[in-house]
Amino acid sequence: MSVAHDVLRVEHLTMRFGGLVAVHDLSFTARHGEITALIGPNGAGKTTVFNCITGFYQPTEGRIALQYGDPSIWNGLDALTASAAQSRVRRNSGLFLLERMPDHAVAHHARVARTFQNIRLFRGMTVLENLLVAQHNPLIRASGFSLFGIFGLAPFRRAEDAAIDKATHWLETINLIERADDPAGDLPYGDQRRLEIARAMCTDPVLLCLDEPAAGLNPRESAELSELLISIRDRHKTSVLLIEHDMSVVMQISDHVVVLDYGVKISDGTCEEVKNDPNVIAAYLGVEQEEVEAVATEVGL
Amino acid sequence: MTQPVQARVDVPRAIRDAVIAGLVAFGILLPLIGLQTTVNIRNELVLNPRPVLLAVMVAFVVTISLVMSLVVQPLAARRAAIRPDGASVRAAQRRARFAKIAIPFALGFAFLFPVFVIALGGLSGSVKWIDNFGIQILIYIMLGLGLNVVVGLAGLLDLGYVAFYAVGAYSYALLAKTFGFSFWVLLPLAGILAAFWGILLGFPVLRLRGDYLAIVTLAFGEIIRLVLINWVDLTSGYAGISGIPRPTFFGIPFTANDDGFAAVFGLEFSPVYRTIFLYYVVLCLVLLTAFVTTRLRRLPIGRAWEALREDEIACRALGIDTTKTKLSAFAIGAMFGGFAGSFFAARQGFISPESFTFMESAMIVAIVVLGGMGSQVGVAIAAIVMIGGTEIMRDLDFLKAVFGSQFDPTQYRMLLFGLAMVLIMIWKPRGLIATRDPTAFLHERKLIAAKFVKEGRG
Repeated sequence: MSVAHDVLRVEHLTMRFGGLVAVHDLSFTARHGEITALIGPNGAGKTTVFNCITGFYQPTEGRIALQYGDPSIWNGLDALTASAAQSRVRRNSGLFLLERMPDHAVAHHARVARTFQNIRLFRGMTVLENLLVAQHNPLIRASGFSLFGIFGLAPFRRAEDAAIDKATHWLETINLIERADDPAGDLPYGDQRRLEIARAMCTDPVLLCLDEPAAGLNPRESAELSELLISIRDRHKTSVLLIEHDMSVVMQISDHVVVLDYGVKISDGTCEEVKNDPNVIAAYLGVEQEEVEAVATEVGL
Repeated sequence: MTQPVQARVDVPRAIRDAVIAGLVAFGILLPLIGLQTTVNIRNELVLNPRPVLLAVMVAFVVTISLVMSLVVQPLAARRAAIRPDGASVRAAQRRARFAKIAIPFALGFAFLFPVFVIALGGLSGSVKWIDNFGIQILIYIMLGLGLNVVVGLAGLLDLGYVAFYAVGAYSYALLAKTFGFSFWVLLPLAGILAAFWGILLGFPVLRLRGDYLAIVTLAFGEIIRLVLINWVDLTSGYAGISGIPRPTFFGIPFTANDDGFAAVFGLEFSPVYRTIFLYYVVLCLVLLTAFVTTRLRRLPIGRAWEALREDEIACRALGIDTTKTKLSAFAIGAMFGGFAGSFFAARQGFISPESFTFMESAMIVAIVVLGGMGSQVGVAIAAIVMIGGTEIMRDLDFLKAVFGSQFDPTQYRMLLFGLAMVLIMIWKPRGLIATRDPTAFLHERKLIAAKFVKEGRG
């Protein structure tokens, strides 16, 4: 691949809840085939940005555009914005204005998948069923909106088998094949985290948004998670947008880091650049920039 | 299970509890049972104390309390301590193996039921049994299976389900009387109309969850009933619609005429033939309902319903259009309600708003909850117990010998109904069949314990 082009462009995103400005005039981009990390202290507005991207919130202002396929489709962005349409799809390429789309359409048409900070598995369904629910849209089309499915016709049975094969592939990837028929709520915490990622991947996403995937994992599980995310990026050619507090994970796997504080972007660049940015250090220490040195020596940095 | 089994009985505590229960019972029962007011000859109200009866009742309460805390509770605790975690699932698997044998037997029995009844009770005596037990129970099984889609699978608590039953019944009655369409044309039509009303109700309540959804659906059920009462021109209000055309045996009516069923087949006329015919019609409808709902549960749409019950937000994040999914659940559920309603109208020949009160909705919800939400076999068992139970209450004449001729067992129907619900909530809080059967499996089908499965509160 030549120079990676953008998969996601967030421009002038502002989200207000009444008088509270959760995100203010945020712009950043994420590129195809890269892992982009969104970091920042607690309450910085990271999850709000995620909810805006995935359509769970309607942003107050701003444009969120996602593209896949032929990069030249980006050229039509302004024309698309001027029109009333949500998206422009040409054969294998698509350009979407996510702020205009409801949440399920973002996941279905724009192919943005996400996980949640507090795991949201279907606990009463088996591990396998969780992965099958994720393939709902192709399966329901194959079932002829249930008409073919009721009689168990061949096209539907083939689609169902293919869905189970895909689920099996992901269960092997995350080492949960042995537990395929157990309820998801019965899995240990770390397995549930990995299952949620596999479930999101079963929707065939262009962009995978992970909200604190390493939260609550022990160091070994964190390392496994890093490997999984790198394989998603390299083997499955899926771009990843990541919110994470575990800096060992972020710094190890991210190609690009965006730092938020109080809803404003304070830094943007590679891991090295961000790590040495005085703004970032000040934000994480919770002090003004002038006081950083004094505080840093105090805490022994 | 490493902790020691706590089987030691705490006698002083049991006595203290019994004394408290006795005092409470005394306080409550003193005005209710201890004092009786009667009018004497001079037309004065006098108080008759009944100390003996009061003492007996209080003693009864104290005894029950002692038995509970000295015998029942230690036993239950010991059993709970012995039983390991997976025991409920293993018991369910044993039940599943049993069900493999029992279900064909039950189906065979259902098919031969009229034969048994006629063999036992003769031709004329069997109408009551086939009608009151067979047909009545099967109608409720059908309603239960339909509501199970909405409440059990999609987790949307619908307290106005009887509205769709009414829509089906009135659609059949009005269209059959006005246009003279046959039962077989109107059955699907009534289903479609009810499904349409299901979608119509679905739209405004999509945003509501849990208790709020329940209240609005309850109101919807009442609205339909009130419209039926007040739109006198169309429905003739409280008077109801009578003379609804009855279904025919492929064009042959069940009448005493020369071209009636009995005459054509050279039989002596009896109302039982119609009843038997209706029994097999509703049996086929129930089997169709069971087949369709079982299949739907294993299809993507059914999985989406269950996923919706488990976590709606996760569904949306996976690209499932929750609006369409909820509406499809409402529509499918309502459709089976409509089928049942049109059959009901055809069987009765007379319908009035009296048949579609909130009590009916409550009964159907009770069947679904009692059966175990989402379980179809459970729904069938619950319908047999609840409807069959209430029907049997009508025939317990021997109780009159015990309690005196004033005793009317049907009046205690609701009391026993409530008692049964309380007992179920104590021993089987998730219904008779609480384990969930997965819709797909890779290595082996394992039942899912109730504790993982959400009950759906919106």
